[in-house]
Amino acid sequence: MSAWHQIYSGAPYRRMIMQKKRAVCAMTVFFIAYYFALPLLVGYWPELMSRTAWGEANWAYLFAFSQFLMAWAIALIYMRFASRFDKMADDILADAGKSGPDGGGG
Amino acid sequence: MSLPLLMFLAFIAATLGITYWAAGRSSGEKAFFAAGRRITGWQNGLAISGDYMSAASFLGIAGLIAFYGYDGFMYSVGFLVAYLTVLLVVAEPLRNSGKYTMADVLAYRLQERPVRAWAALSTLTVSTFYMIAQMVGAGALVSLLLAGSGIGYTTAVTGVGVLMIVYVVFGGMLATTWVQIVKAVLLMSGTFLLSVLVLAHFGFDLDELFKAATNITLQSDGAVVTRNFMEPGLYYKPPYGALDLISLGMALIFGTAGLPHILIRFYTVPDAKTARVSVFWAMLLIGAFYIMTTFLGFGAATIVGPDEITANGGTNMSAPLLAQALAGDVFFAFISAVAFATILAVVAGLTISASTSFAHDFYSNVLHHGSERRPGEEVRVARWTAFVVGAVSILIAIGLGPNANVAFLVGLAFAVAASANLPVILFSLYWKRFTTRGAVCGLAAGLLSSVGLILVSPSFMGIDGPEVAESARRMIQAQALYPLKNPGIVSIPLGFLAAVVGSLLSREPSAEDKYYELSVRANTGLGAEKAG
Repeated sequence: MSAWHQIYSGAPYRRMIMQKKRAVCAMTVFFIAYYFALPLLVGYWPELMSRTAWGEANWAYLFAFSQFLMAWAIALIYMRFASRFDKMADDILADAGKSGPDGGGG
Repeated sequence: MSLPLLMFLAFIAATLGITYWAAGRSSGEKAFFAAGRRITGWQNGLAISGDYMSAASFLGIAGLIAFYGYDGFMYSVGFLVAYLTVLLVVAEPLRNSGKYTMADVLAYRLQERPVRAWAALSTLTVSTFYMIAQMVGAGALVSLLLAGSGIGYTTAVTGVGVLMIVYVVFGGMLATTWVQIVKAVLLMSGTFLLSVLVLAHFGFDLDELFKAATNITLQSDGAVVTRNFMEPGLYYKPPYGALDLISLGMALIFGTAGLPHILIRFYTVPDAKTARVSVFWAMLLIGAFYIMTTFLGFGAATIVGPDEITANGGTNMSAPLLAQALAGDVFFAFISAVAFATILAVVAGLTISASTSFAHDFYSNVLHHGSERRPGEEVRVARWTAFVVGAVSILIAIGLGPNANVAFLVGLAFAVAASANLPVILFSLYWKRFTTRGAVCGLAAGLLSSVGLILVSPSFMGIDGPEVAESARRMIQAQALYPLKNPGIVSIPLGFLAAVVGSLLSREPSAEDKYYELSVRANTGLGAEKAG
């Protein structure tokens, strides 16, 4: 078993990958669903979406605008998760330490 | 000398200064291809924005909104949300496991030569198609903006082409990066100023602007009509409007993360964390920009009016004409110079991505099996490629002429990126069973189906009425075989499917073995390319 494989199959790495997968999948599924709801609603129910909702703005416009807020919010949430994963990765590498793969040079 | 021309020259002088400065720091592979990997997070965020927000965004979307209202804004939404794909699944693993190109990640555990050859072909296709669209647009636009200075289409195209060659050949990635940063700052300030002026025109009351947008009078097919620009469906009309919107959405959301000129930007930062931070910065800027396209578009529709814009150069002139109407000739000159800067930064990014891929993927690794025969050869080849790519683009753009209908090439670039590049990037990183045959099938199917579908789509095929000028006619005068403007909805699933089927029909134990290594590298940054 190679040194890479050793890290890969170690418990801390498995834990990080599972958590990462869960977080990234959840966020990806959510943003894709939220995004494609826009062309679906606007494309198939234009009359419904053209009703005014808030002042002069209609639902179509508000929903489109909310996509920007959604994208920024998900990005922010991901940034917070990611710094946690950075820490986990650092710990894993520190553990692998001297016995780890000599892949430094790239 | 006219005011716009003066501002253009000022920008050219500044960027040539940058190139001169960068030239002294661009010897050696890492410096030339990746700016020494020393670009910081916010710098790269600005550079990504500068690389991404093309004239098609600044002038094209403002124009679409000015003529069709809401539907134009749909592009704006997709262009930002697409960055979530970049942020969540591509940026960090790419930085951790690659060196200079997208193909580095694919070649990591697959057979180098076939994968790199196809990836280079796909990269060159995306970059050159995108570039030709930019160059034709640039020529038409610059000659329009500089109408008073006697600079014609051919001179404009040649000028833009020569400048991008100079930036890349002499200044490499470092000069390209700083040209993009300067452009991003100019574009953001110009757009912000324009938006404030539009809002001031309506007494800083958004409702007033929206109310004005519900009631736009324009000429349509010879009759005067009044339209509500807040309503969807003016551009994407039945029966295929909804499907076209979805197809466009798919190409944007999945294509951005496969655009080679965006992906190579992540190699210019020191590590994956910085790559992530840079996407975050880029998302803030890009989002702010695309929200403001509403003000530009609705502003142009209400303050200038579609008919007035048509009479003065057409949709692409919406933003500059709005500037003129709001604040006179000096502001018009400034916004024109911003548009010019926008074009130059994007074509420089495309040139360096095409030349990096040709030199690194095709020349070094496909032709010479990865062994560099003489030091510095890869950079030398890249410089020559930049020269050739630039010269060929100039010639093609001049050959096509200012009225050529080439807007579909941008859509094509996104569709190829989404259908050919993204599936294989994702599977390389996240699917252990992925094989060389799967990669080649995915790249080939995605590339060929996108190009094939575009050729039989209404962008390329259709019957033009007698009112359409000879030079602006579609290439094939017959009923289109594929009804949508964008191939994404068909070609993206095809690209994914081909990659899966190709993998399942073959076995590659070496690729499975290397999966552990790639996974650990991609997720921890162990062994990643260092700055310096």
